[in-house]
Amino acid sequence: MISAKQQESPILEVKDLHVAIEGHEILKGIDLQVNAGEVHSIMGPNGSGKSTLAQVLAGRDVYEVTRGEIIYKGKNLLDMAPEERACEGVFLAFQYPVGIPGVSTSYFLKTALNAMRKHRGEKELDAVDFLKIAKEKAKLVKMDERLLNRAINDGFSGGEKKRNEVFQLAVLEPALAILDETDSGLDIDALKIAASGVNCMRSSDRAFIVVTHYQRLLNYIVPDFVHVLVDGLIVKSGDKFLALELEEKGYSWIEQEAQRKQLATC
Amino acid sequence: MDRARGPKKATRNLLAIGRYGMTTTTDTTDVYAEQFFKWARILGRDCPAWLHPVRQAALAQFAERGFPTMRDEDWRHTNVAPVASTEFVPAQAHAAKVTPEQIQQFRLRGDDEAVMVFVNGYFAGHLSDVTTLPEGVRGMNLAEALAVDLPVVKEHFARLVKSQDNAFVALNTAFAQDGAVIDIPPDVVVETPIHLLFVATAEEQPVVAHPRNLIVAGDNSSFRVIEHYVALDQGVYFNNAVTELFTGDNLAGDHCKVIRESDQAYHIATLQMRQGRSNRITSQTICLGGALVRNDINPVLDGEGAESSLDGLYMLDGAQHTDNHLCVEHRSPHTSSRECFRGILDGKSRGVFCGRIIVRPGAQKTDAKQSNMNILLSGQAQIDTKPQLEILADDVKCTHGATIGQIDPDAIFYFRSRGIAEDAARNLLVYAFAREGLSSVQDERLRAQLEEVVLSRLPDGELLRGVV
Repeated sequence: MISAKQQESPILEVKDLHVAIEGHEILKGIDLQVNAGEVHSIMGPNGSGKSTLAQVLAGRDVYEVTRGEIIYKGKNLLDMAPEERACEGVFLAFQYPVGIPGVSTSYFLKTALNAMRKHRGEKELDAVDFLKIAKEKAKLVKMDERLLNRAINDGFSGGEKKRNEVFQLAVLEPALAILDETDSGLDIDALKIAASGVNCMRSSDRAFIVVTHYQRLLNYIVPDFVHVLVDGLIVKSGDKFLALELEEKGYSWIEQEAQRKQLATC
Repeated sequence: MDRARGPKKATRNLLAIGRYGMTTTTDTTDVYAEQFFKWARILGRDCPAWLHPVRQAALAQFAERGFPTMRDEDWRHTNVAPVASTEFVPAQAHAAKVTPEQIQQFRLRGDDEAVMVFVNGYFAGHLSDVTTLPEGVRGMNLAEALAVDLPVVKEHFARLVKSQDNAFVALNTAFAQDGAVIDIPPDVVVETPIHLLFVATAEEQPVVAHPRNLIVAGDNSSFRVIEHYVALDQGVYFNNAVTELFTGDNLAGDHCKVIRESDQAYHIATLQMRQGRSNRITSQTICLGGALVRNDINPVLDGEGAESSLDGLYMLDGAQHTDNHLCVEHRSPHTSSRECFRGILDGKSRGVFCGRIIVRPGAQKTDAKQSNMNILLSGQAQIDTKPQLEILADDVKCTHGATIGQIDPDAIFYFRSRGIAEDAARNLLVYAFAREGLSSVQDERLRAQLEEVVLSRLPDGELLRGVV
């Protein structure tokens, strides 16, 4: 149950969000409110705009916001640079994490964590303190500690990359975590581990947006709300049972329903 | 020993060249010929007689061809007119004015370092120490080796390089005074690197030095050589270097060349190597300084199963011009070569990478890989990259690839999404790219020195410390 108090102070409010890339409109008026403590799942067929929404929240500048607003903790998120958003507690677990030869995971994450601590006016961590935290969190997501010394995502398997994203989530402890298809490409064991990592992070002051194509992940990360995105619009919202319905019937019925609605409004 | 006749003969031939050979007046080809004429006596002093015909022939080759122009295919992207038109005076041997303290920052070890120091091309005995070399291994400077007519020099000098192929090699062969002679007998493992440190000092007039190194390694031996060019002062000078590396069978060798010349210096060099059977050579070419730099790196894989691994990094800024010309020749079956050169270009700098791979008939099962990656940090920086494959055998594997680009925007976004500011992300990615290029430098102390140089060139250097 969500308390009335939490609903009064939403972490994220997306209002009538329109987003285009190279003049082509992808999101056509998204409304979404996410409160602290909640897990929202965004589902939808390929090309519906799920990943675009995730990237826009993180501040990817190839997308153009043509209308609408995003309020994060009472502030205009669209005014903030990606690094500022991160420092304010927005985290995106990438669908395709970038491999970076020459920079170790440990150095990368220490730099990231210290940038955030500096932003919050906290003391920066030295290598020893950081390593203590990193090792503890690596255990939490069952990640091989040795990955810390390897270049970020360089030569990692698909599963290792995704686990590394969940590991970063655990170290950086954001207020709003967006998981962009963290489940795709994972076998069931890896999926369970990633999900349990996320579940450990669930708390009353943190919210999650879980973007996924498949219902499978939601067996392990149980959402409070499920939203179905079709052609740039949220056409249906419900609870976790909506996800099961989608799994059973596929997306076509909902797409047809959306088309009928559109025709009716015309 | 008959040393007196050589110079006279040289003089006669030179006059002939002067009359018939030289037609250009736009460069200093004739100045070098005159210098040779004047210097013939000095060059001949303390030199064995066999050397004079070699020098003479080299000068004749040079005088006939003159300096290359951009019409020469091999020099299409590198204009040597600034070198050709400057009247450099031959460097003088006054190494004694450089103190051990001045070169301390470039040293790699304390007393246990095998180091040969050259000041403006001349051996500086008071700064050098080769006593740590294992028994049987010879480290001698060329001037002395010539004075005592060391057999290994007579046997190998100018045997690998061809004066007719390269005017600068010809010039070096004609004028070479000093450099390092390293002779490693068969079955000897030299564990610590042999550090050849070439120090340039500012002189009143622009000087030219022709460092000439000869490294001969016997079968089953193992060695590491560092050829390190540094400047104590800013100034115009010209280092025209040639290194011949003759290596036998079944050995492992490493050659690391570092160019940290002054911002106004010219550095033109050829590294010519011959590799025997089951022989593995690794080589790194790190270019961080110099106004105009040209490296010709030419391994010849002469024995079956020989392997060459050539890495390079050039980090350029301002108006620097650096040209790396590789020519790998596969002469025997089952030979393999791998080239990986990286460039970071800022300001108005210009880089050239030319990778030629020749597979001779019969060199079946050759495996050659080439890659050249470049990051352009400014809109005015420029890179020309060119692979050239000449494959004359039918069962071979050759791959090449080149990339030219800005820093991957996806990588920058990834960093920013983790709270790292855009500028810091950019610097970090450049540094990481450079570090990858330095990772093949085997000596960790040298690598640390070079990482510091790279760091000092980037803003936010402090933040970048400890990337590993």
